[in-house]
Amino acid sequence: MTAPTAVPNAVLPPAFEAWFASRGWNARPHQLALLEEARAGRSTLLVAPTGAGKTLAGFLPSLVELTEPGREREGLHTLYVSPLKALAVDIARNLEMPVAEMGLAIKIETRTGDTPAAKRARQIARPPDILLTTPEQLALLVSHRDAKPFFAGLRRIVLDELHALVTSKRGDLLSLDLARLRGLAPNLSAVGLSATVREPADLQRFLGGAETPAGLVTVTGGASARIGILQTASRLPLAGHTTGHAMGEIYNAIRAHKLTLVFVNTRMQAEFAFQALWNINDDNLPIALHHGSLDAGQRRKVEAAMAAGRLKAVVCTATLDLGIDWGDVDLVVNIGAPKGASRLMQRIGRSNHRMDEPSKALLVPSNRFELLECRAALDAVAEAAQDTADARTGGLDVLAQHVLGVACSDGFDADALYEEVCTASPYAGLPRADFDAVVNFVATGGYALRSYERFAKLRQDKIGHWRASNAQVIQQYRMNVGTIVESTMLKVRLGRARAGKPGQPSMITRGGRVLGEVEEYFAETMTPGDTFIFAGEVLRFEGITENEAICSRAAPGTDPKIPSYNGGRFPLSTFLAARVRTILASPREWASLPDEVSSWLHAQKRKSRLPKPGELLVETFPRGGRFYLVAYPFEGRLAHQTLGMLLTRRLERSRMRPLGFVCNDYGIAVWGLGDMSAAISRSALSLDDLFAQDMLGDDLEEWLAESALMKRTFRSCAIIGGLIERRFPGQEKSGRQVTISTDLVYDVLRRHEPDHVLLKAARADAATGLLDIQRLGQMLTRISGHIVHQPLDHVSPLGVSVMLEIGREAVYGEAADEILAEAEAMLIEEAMA
Amino acid sequence: MTVATNAVSRMSEAFMLGRLAIVPDLSGALWLPDESTLVVADLHLEKGSAYAARGVFLPPYDSTATLAALAAAVLRHAPARVIALGDSFHDRQAHTRISLESVSALRQLQTGRDWLWVTGNHDPQISTEMGGETTAMISIAGIALRHEPDEQETGFEIAGHLHPAAKVRMRGRALRRRCFALSPRRCVMPAMGAYAGGLNLRDRAFRPLFREGLSAHMLGDSRLFRIDERLLLPD
Repeated sequence: MTAPTAVPNAVLPPAFEAWFASRGWNARPHQLALLEEARAGRSTLLVAPTGAGKTLAGFLPSLVELTEPGREREGLHTLYVSPLKALAVDIARNLEMPVAEMGLAIKIETRTGDTPAAKRARQIARPPDILLTTPEQLALLVSHRDAKPFFAGLRRIVLDELHALVTSKRGDLLSLDLARLRGLAPNLSAVGLSATVREPADLQRFLGGAETPAGLVTVTGGASARIGILQTASRLPLAGHTTGHAMGEIYNAIRAHKLTLVFVNTRMQAEFAFQALWNINDDNLPIALHHGSLDAGQRRKVEAAMAAGRLKAVVCTATLDLGIDWGDVDLVVNIGAPKGASRLMQRIGRSNHRMDEPSKALLVPSNRFELLECRAALDAVAEAAQDTADARTGGLDVLAQHVLGVACSDGFDADALYEEVCTASPYAGLPRADFDAVVNFVATGGYALRSYERFAKLRQDKIGHWRASNAQVIQQYRMNVGTIVESTMLKVRLGRARAGKPGQPSMITRGGRVLGEVEEYFAETMTPGDTFIFAGEVLRFEGITENEAICSRAAPGTDPKIPSYNGGRFPLSTFLAARVRTILASPREWASLPDEVSSWLHAQKRKSRLPKPGELLVETFPRGGRFYLVAYPFEGRLAHQTLGMLLTRRLERSRMRPLGFVCNDYGIAVWGLGDMSAAISRSALSLDDLFAQDMLGDDLEEWLAESALMKRTFRSCAIIGGLIERRFPGQEKSGRQVTISTDLVYDVLRRHEPDHVLLKAARADAATGLLDIQRLGQMLTRISGHIVHQPLDHVSPLGVSVMLEIGREAVYGEAADEILAEAEAMLIEEAMA
Repeated sequence: MTVATNAVSRMSEAFMLGRLAIVPDLSGALWLPDESTLVVADLHLEKGSAYAARGVFLPPYDSTATLAALAAAVLRHAPARVIALGDSFHDRQAHTRISLESVSALRQLQTGRDWLWVTGNHDPQISTEMGGETTAMISIAGIALRHEPDEQETGFEIAGHLHPAAKVRMRGRALRRRCFALSPRRCVMPAMGAYAGGLNLRDRAFRPLFREGLSAHMLGDSRLFRIDERLLLPD
C-alpha cells in the first residue's frame, strides 16, 4: 500500500476531529491509514521523510483506542522504543500536549536508566497506558519475572527510528525481544517508523516477523532539498580532513542563517571546527559544540539552549543524527565526506522540520577526493537513490544474552525458544546447532571439555525447562544487559604533573574539573606532553591515573598536535564508491567539477592513468630512498586497513621489506626498501598474486591471531555474550591487574578450542565490523584479472592525496618483535655513541 | 634495526645477581645454570575454574596451557631442580578442581628432579597431592628466593608476586608485554600463568624495590628484549 489518497474509512472520534480542527489541521492520509491498519490488528511500517508527522501517526491509533468508551483499563497498552533515551523523553513531552489539550485520561510515562527504583517497581505493579523506553530497558522488562502478566494485555509496540536501530546489535536484541513479545501478548501489533530506506521489505520482516512481514505505508514527496557543494575561494587541499581552508566561508553561512547545524564525522573534526570557528568569531555568535564524549550535563545545556533558540550554530557529530526536534534549523552544513547518500539525506532532514519546505544544506569537502564523493552523493540524492546497509545476520553473542534473559524470567523449553527465535528476522536462518551451542555456552561455557557442569548458570527442571540456577545469575544478567560496549572510557580531568627525576614516575596532582571522556585506546596513544584539542580547548596530556586522563590547559597559542585522525565510524558506502569510480573514468563528467579538481584529474591522466570502473590501478615508484606502491580500491578505510596488514605480510614474504602503510577511504600506500617496480618488471613480484583472493585464507588467519582489532572485536563479543562482566566506574580502583584480560582469554581459546561459539561470533563481526573483511573479499573478487599496473618515476597526482596521510595516521605491521627491537636498539645506539 | 640484530643478538643472556648467574628465559622462567635450577613464578593454576565457580566461564584450558609452557621450559633446560616461586595455585581449593590430566602432567615433570613449592599469598598451603616439597623461602648462593619481594631485603633477591609488565611505544604503536625487572640486586619475575595479568613497571609498587633503577627484559615472540627504563610508559 502506498500513499493513500482517498481518506480511509476510519473516522476519527469527535474529540480528535475537534483537536485537529482547532489547530487548523486535517489528519493526514497516512495517519488515518495507520489507524485503519491498527483497527484491523495489522503490523505496519511507516516510511516517511522528516516532518511528515510520523510520531503522531504512530501513536494516534493508541490514543483513539485508549479513549474508546467502555474500555476498561487492562494494564500496559502501548510500548514505545527509541534508540535514544533523550528521544524517549522528548517524545513523551510532545505526546503530553495533544493528550492534555483533548483532555484525554491517558497516563504516559518513560522508563530509562535514570528512572528511580521506586518508580520502576510501581510501573511494574501499576503500569501506565503508554510507556516510552529504550531497547535495553525493554530487554530488562522482558526478562522480568512478572513479564507474563505485565505484557499480557499489550496491544501495540511503536519502534521509532527503526532504520537506525536495525543496523546494529541493538537491533538484534530488539528483534529477539519483539519475538518474545509476540508470544507474551497475543493481541500485539507493531508499528515501525522509519526514514526512507533501500529495502523496506527488510524492515517489514523485522517488525512483523520473518514469515509474517508487516504492511507498508509510504509517504512520498516532501519538497526536495536544496543542496550545494561549497565553491571555496581558497585552494581545495589535496588531502587532510580538517577543512580549515573553508572555515571563513562556513562562518559566513552561519551568519546568514538563523540556526545552523554543522555536522562532522568525528569528534576530532568537531573539536577542530569548533575551535577554528571561534578563532574567527568576531561577532561573538553563540556557537556551541555537541559530541558524545562531552560531559552529559554539558550536552543537555547545549540541547536546551538550542531548543530555546539561543544558539546560532551547533558543531556536532552523529549524536545529533537522530530525529530529535531541536528547534528551527534552517541550514545544515556537512563538513567532510558524506560517506553515504542515505546518511546525508537523514542529516539534511534536520533542517526545516516541515515537509512542505525544502531543506537547505551545504556540503564542504575537506579535500579533492572528498569533493568527488560529495559530487557522487549529490547525484544520488537527486535520483533519490538509497544506500542503507543490508539487513543484519543476528549475532550469536546477542542471542546468548537473550537466552540468559529468558531463563531469568520464566525459563524456556529449548524447542519452543528455538522456534520463537527464528521468527526474529535477523535469526531467520539460524541453524539449530548454533542455537544449541549458544544454550550450552550460557549454561556452562560451552566448552568441549565439559568441566563446568557443577557451576552451571542454567539448569533443566523436571519438565525439561531451562532456568537460571540461582539469584546471583539473575543479578549478573541484569547488570550486564545491553549490546553497547563502550571502549573503556577515561575521564578527562584537569590536573598537573610535577616532573620527577628521569626514570621516576612523575607525581600527578588531580582535583581539577572533569571535562569529559576519551577512549582508553586514544589516551594510550599519547605520551605526556602531547597536546590535543578537547572540549574546545588545547590540552596538554599529563598522564593516566587509575581511570582518569589527567590534562592541563596548554599555554595560549600552543598548536595542538592532533595525534590521530580517527577516520570515523562510517566507511564510504559501496554505492558511493562505485559512483566515484565512475566519475574518475568519465572525463566528460569532469566539466561540472571545480577547475582545480578537474585539472588534478587531467594531470593524473597525463602523468599516470585513470582506472576504468572495473579496474584496480596500482602505481609503483621510488621516492627518497624508498619504494612505494599505491593502489586505489575505493573500499573505505576499514577494508583498506585490513588489506594493508595482509599486503605487508605478503610483501615481507616476497622480500620487498615493507616498512609501513597508510590508507584513507579511497586508497592505500605501502612503502618499503625493495624496488617493487623492478621486481614486477622482471616477474619476481606478481600483482595478481599479491592481490589474490587467497589472501583471506591463511594470511588472514595468521594476522587475526595477533590483531589488536580482532582482540577488540572478541572483547566486545565476550561482554555482550556474558563471558566476562562489564567494568563499572569505581571497580578499577582495586588495580587493573585483577581484571581478567580478554586478550589472554582470546589467546587460550583460539589455541585450544578454535571452533568455540564465541570465536564464531567474533569472526562474524570481523567480517563486517572493524576489519570489514566481507567488503575486502568482494573487492578482491571484483578486481581479480583487472589490475592495471603503472610504474612511475615519481608520485602521481592522485597518489599525493593518499601519501599525504603519511605522518597523520601511519599504520605499521603488527609484528611485536620489530617494535621491541627498535626500542632496544635505542639504548644500544646511545651506548655506542 | 641492524644494530639490534648484529651487536647483541643472542638467545639468552646471563646476568650476575651477587655471585649467582641468572638467565631470563623467553618462557618467563629464570634459569640458574650453576645450580641446574629452573625458577618459575605465579603459575596461578586453576584460575579459570576459580572464576567459573563465580559464574564467569573462562575457557578451562589455562592450567593445560600453563603446564605446557612449563613443560617446554623444563624440557629445554633439563634442570635438577624446579622452584615454583609462589602463587602456583590460584586458590586453596585449586587442587580440588584441577583435572587428573593436569596432575599427571605435573607429576611427570617432577619425575627425576627436585621440586620445590615456595608458598605465596594465593597458596599459603600446597596439597600433598601435588607432590614436591613446600617452603616459605629458600636461599641459594646467598640469594633469597621468596614469593613477595621484601623492601627490607639488604642482600640479593629473586621474587615474583607483582606480575611485572612493561609498555613501550615505537612507530606510533604501543606494546605491552610481560617482563623481568632487573637491578644488580633484585630480579622480579614475570607471571607464567596463562590468565595472569600484568602490573605496569611504572606502578608505585615497584618504586621501593628499584630505587637504583632497573632494566626491563620484555618477552617478545622470538626472544627477550632489554628495554631502557626511560622508554617505559605508564598504562
